[in-house]
Amino acid sequence: MSAQIRESRDKSVGKGETLLEVRNLKKYFAVTEGVVRRRAIGNVKAVDGVSFTIARGEILGLVGESGCGKTTTGRCILQLETPTSGEIVFEGVNLEKLDQKAMVAWRQKIQVIFQDPYSSLNPRMKVGEILGEPMRVHRVEPNAAKRRQRIAELLTVCGLPAKFADRYPHEMSGGQRQRVGIARALCLNPDFIICDEAVSALDVSIQAQVINLLEDLREEFNLTYLFIAHDLSVVHHLCNRVAVMYLGRMVELAESDELFDNPMHPYTQALLSAVPVPDPTVEAQRSHQVPKGEVPSPINPPSGCVFHPRCPLAVDSCRAQVPEFRELKPGHWVACPRV
Amino acid sequence: MAKLLEIENLRTQFFTADGVVRAVDDVTYDVNEGETVALVGESGCGKSVSALSILRLIPWPPGRIVGGSIRFLGKDLLQLSDPEIRRVRGHQIAMVFQEPMTSLNPVLTIGLQLTETMQYHLGMSNEQAEKRAVELLRMVGIADGERRLQQYPHHFSGGMRQRVMIALALSCEPKLIIADEPTTALDVTIQAQILQLMKDLSNRMGVALMIITHNLGVVARYADRVNVMYAGKIVEEGTAEQIYHSPKHPYTIGLLASVPRMDQHRGRRLVPIEGQPPDLTKLDNGCAYRPRCRWAFDRCAQAIPPLEHVGDGQMSACFRKHELGDDVKAAS
Repeated sequence: MSAQIRESRDKSVGKGETLLEVRNLKKYFAVTEGVVRRRAIGNVKAVDGVSFTIARGEILGLVGESGCGKTTTGRCILQLETPTSGEIVFEGVNLEKLDQKAMVAWRQKIQVIFQDPYSSLNPRMKVGEILGEPMRVHRVEPNAAKRRQRIAELLTVCGLPAKFADRYPHEMSGGQRQRVGIARALCLNPDFIICDEAVSALDVSIQAQVINLLEDLREEFNLTYLFIAHDLSVVHHLCNRVAVMYLGRMVELAESDELFDNPMHPYTQALLSAVPVPDPTVEAQRSHQVPKGEVPSPINPPSGCVFHPRCPLAVDSCRAQVPEFRELKPGHWVACPRV
Repeated sequence: MAKLLEIENLRTQFFTADGVVRAVDDVTYDVNEGETVALVGESGCGKSVSALSILRLIPWPPGRIVGGSIRFLGKDLLQLSDPEIRRVRGHQIAMVFQEPMTSLNPVLTIGLQLTETMQYHLGMSNEQAEKRAVELLRMVGIADGERRLQQYPHHFSGGMRQRVMIALALSCEPKLIIADEPTTALDVTIQAQILQLMKDLSNRMGVALMIITHNLGVVARYADRVNVMYAGKIVEEGTAEQIYHSPKHPYTIGLLASVPRMDQHRGRRLVPIEGQPPDLTKLDNGCAYRPRCRWAFDRCAQAIPPLEHVGDGQMSACFRKHELGDDVKAAS
């Protein structure tokens, strides 16, 4: 794909119809104490008021350090967690309002690719069974012969030989297993795929193969991705827009090139300067202003702006007031009153 | 600069049910005093095994160093007796591992683990060692040392534990610290803090640093010299500038073309290395990279290309190393 095609694609996506809307999503986990008489002693505010939209055909990146709530956000969209409050609207339908039967039908449209291809595939099932089971359950392809044919097609699309249907996961390498994970996500013809650290466990040379595959599949099947990752270089490369999370809140959201060229939130700036670029000449010229301290505990997060204890710009009012998520430039949202 | 560590023709093999794994196969490299050397490669290329071999930490069975020499300050570590090598481990050569939770003892306090090392190697008294331990913790950015010494590893976060590991590594003022994926388990901002700390301290104390990593960005930011490993062999060696700006081995070229770069606009499609790394039990008498190599020709199947000079101290193990110059641009 040439740079021009890619750029024009960047411009066209994200302007279309809204596929998914997340409104003020909150997910608190109770922290309990005591063995016999369990009692709640507090909440982990894993996700605390996150809102965003994803347009059809777009790749939205969700980045942040461990414990920032990016995975929990993905699990809430998948309805694997019940949100504490907030709404998840997919194709205009509020997912929480659906009863269980209707939800099963919706699950076909939203699929997930997990990080660890070792633990997310059943070791006792052959690849053909792993791919065939969802099609049988959802009655997408009840005919066994046709199902086998479709499995072969899926494997081929994902760059694996069709004969791999008879293999067990342990007979494959990590990259091949991740391709099986991708084929499984595709087997129900979904509209939307959540990639939760889908390439993080892979070696660089294999990672590039899988990134290219994800790009090709998006093009071919008109897919939409929520790409959850901590590797900013990969997110920058793959995503149209990027959202940065810190301690359960969204701190910045912008188009990919805009966010990486012109990060506004002090946390995003710190995060970007911490990522080393594979070029010693560039590295020698970059400023390495690394944020001090560590991410505080989400059980007892700082008051006001959660980033204020580590923030170089913080003033007294940051301790008291939760910053508003403002649109400073068209499409560029920042949760910091000091920029 | 004086040579601190000289590894020559090192061969470490694992004797498994599936056959002999040639994890480190005829590897030669050296580390000068005070410099930072990186060993880069993907999982299973033998980079960790080559580092563990230096301190003779390869478990037998199944692993064994079957050949070569490792000269450190003039003496061959492979010829030392067990008590002698124990005086080197942690004293003159220290190690920082990837997972600080598994390399610190969970049932002993941080204080005990720090002071034990100094008492054993430096013959310090308990009071001296404790005083020094508090100093070390302050040096690695852990405040309130007296109280922290009484705590156990589980009281510390991942980044803090890695700081304790660094304090432990520095405690006996080693000549060389081997850091095996020291920040892979940590978040990016903590990774930057830890690596910066290691680099600053090693500069200040004149300690040489050997960083083993798969992260090409980390190498570019911190390393003076780079060794690239593939399938148990070093395939390219040079300064960081040489490796990144004029790589002379197809594997290095392939690696650089396959990493996304944050500092460039998004126009470029990644060029992955097709195929997969070979099974180390089934290596033949040709170049191990040739099934994945765009430049491979007949000769690559007939002999293993030796690591040879390509000029200016840079070395490459490729028969076509002199032809690769212009193609690099085309590949990326």
